[in-house]
Amino acid sequence: MSDKVIEVRDLSRRFGTTLALDGIRLEVQPGLVYGLVGANGAGKTTLIKHLLGLLRAKQGTVKVFGLDPAQHPVEVLQRIGYLSEERDLPEWMRIDELMRYTRAFHPNWDQAYGLELLELFGLDPAKKVKHLSKGMRAQAGLIAVVSHRPDLLLLDEPSTGLDAVVRRDILNAIVRTVADDGRTAIFSSHLLDEVEQMSDHVFMVDGGKLVLEGSLDEIKESHHLLVLRFPRACERLPPIEGVLSAEGSGNTWKVVCNGAAGQVREAAQAMGGEVTLSRGASLQEIFVARVGRDRLKASQE
Amino acid sequence: MHIEISLQDGVPIYRQIVNQVKYLIASRQLDPDEELPPIRALAEQLLVTPNTIVKAYGALEAEGIVYKRRGAGTYVAEVTSRLARKEQKKILAQRADALLAEAKQLSFTFEEVMELLQSRQDVLNKVLSKENSDVG
Repeated sequence: MSDKVIEVRDLSRRFGTTLALDGIRLEVQPGLVYGLVGANGAGKTTLIKHLLGLLRAKQGTVKVFGLDPAQHPVEVLQRIGYLSEERDLPEWMRIDELMRYTRAFHPNWDQAYGLELLELFGLDPAKKVKHLSKGMRAQAGLIAVVSHRPDLLLLDEPSTGLDAVVRRDILNAIVRTVADDGRTAIFSSHLLDEVEQMSDHVFMVDGGKLVLEGSLDEIKESHHLLVLRFPRACERLPPIEGVLSAEGSGNTWKVVCNGAAGQVREAAQAMGGEVTLSRGASLQEIFVARVGRDRLKASQE
Repeated sequence: MHIEISLQDGVPIYRQIVNQVKYLIASRQLDPDEELPPIRALAEQLLVTPNTIVKAYGALEAEGIVYKRRGAGTYVAEVTSRLARKEQKKILAQRADALLAEAKQLSFTFEEVMELLQSRQDVLNKVLSKENSDVG
């Protein structure tokens, strides 16, 4: 009924006493790269499991390609290429067997593309999965998930533990997925530089909640980093409206604020201080400001 | 086309690409009617989402700095010599700003900065004339 790739409404999930997901609402549009970021245990993997239909939505709804993935697993999973952090592949298969096996599930498997990647990565099709290095496993897993040209490429921590060469292969697979014919990619990563470079749109989760989402350019243009210097040292920075986090000591404080740089400057000047540096904040800095230890709880609202 | 992305200064990546393409044109490292890399190729080279390149090329096109050929690529526009001068001025202005800021930090007056510039110019002139006479 719509051309949204994903539509999640008020999704909550409790495991025992832990609220793993807390009222998640999000939409994914075709043709974009989405970065999913959050600390360990923030709820990223639980969310992904709902998108794959591995967990059924108990509270709220999940629609992927307009369907509930738990009720229509075949229709939904056929159009998804999913690579998990563990890259769990059948150990006893040879690479060519793995390709043949995966192909059986995907009517639109593109063998030419699969073979092209095989050659590009320099993998020996006769080699068994259990004899592959970590990087080669990731490459084999990547071939298995992109060769059917999925409408949605879903990568959960794809870069973990990989060297720069294989990381590049994985990011290039995202580029091709989106550039070639406007398909969609979502990837979660703790490497925020990677997310900052590769994403059109960011979902930031913390404690099961979506704490920040938006186009990456807008997020970067609205968040600023200021260094404030005061004539006297203070133990903690006096509260300033608009400041998300403060880090520092004595008379020099580094703060991250959202859209209120002018206001923060005025407040600092009213306290006799001055702004010695002002620039846009990186995603890393925004992430730390939003979910890190130095955030100021009172001004989160 | 050599472009470097920095994640340190908080400038959106498409903006960085726009600025660097302008710089490459201004410094004559890109000529009029030269083709820019295809979107996917540049996205793979820089490891950025292709939509960032689309956005950057779109912004350059809107400013009349590049033009698109139907079904083909993106090319540097002819009308770039005046713009080039403007961009060159902008590059120098940034350097001047940095110099002035540092001078202020070190409590130099504007007049002292001007004197310094003049004396450096004299040194530069001397070096240049020596080089010329050596060649001659």
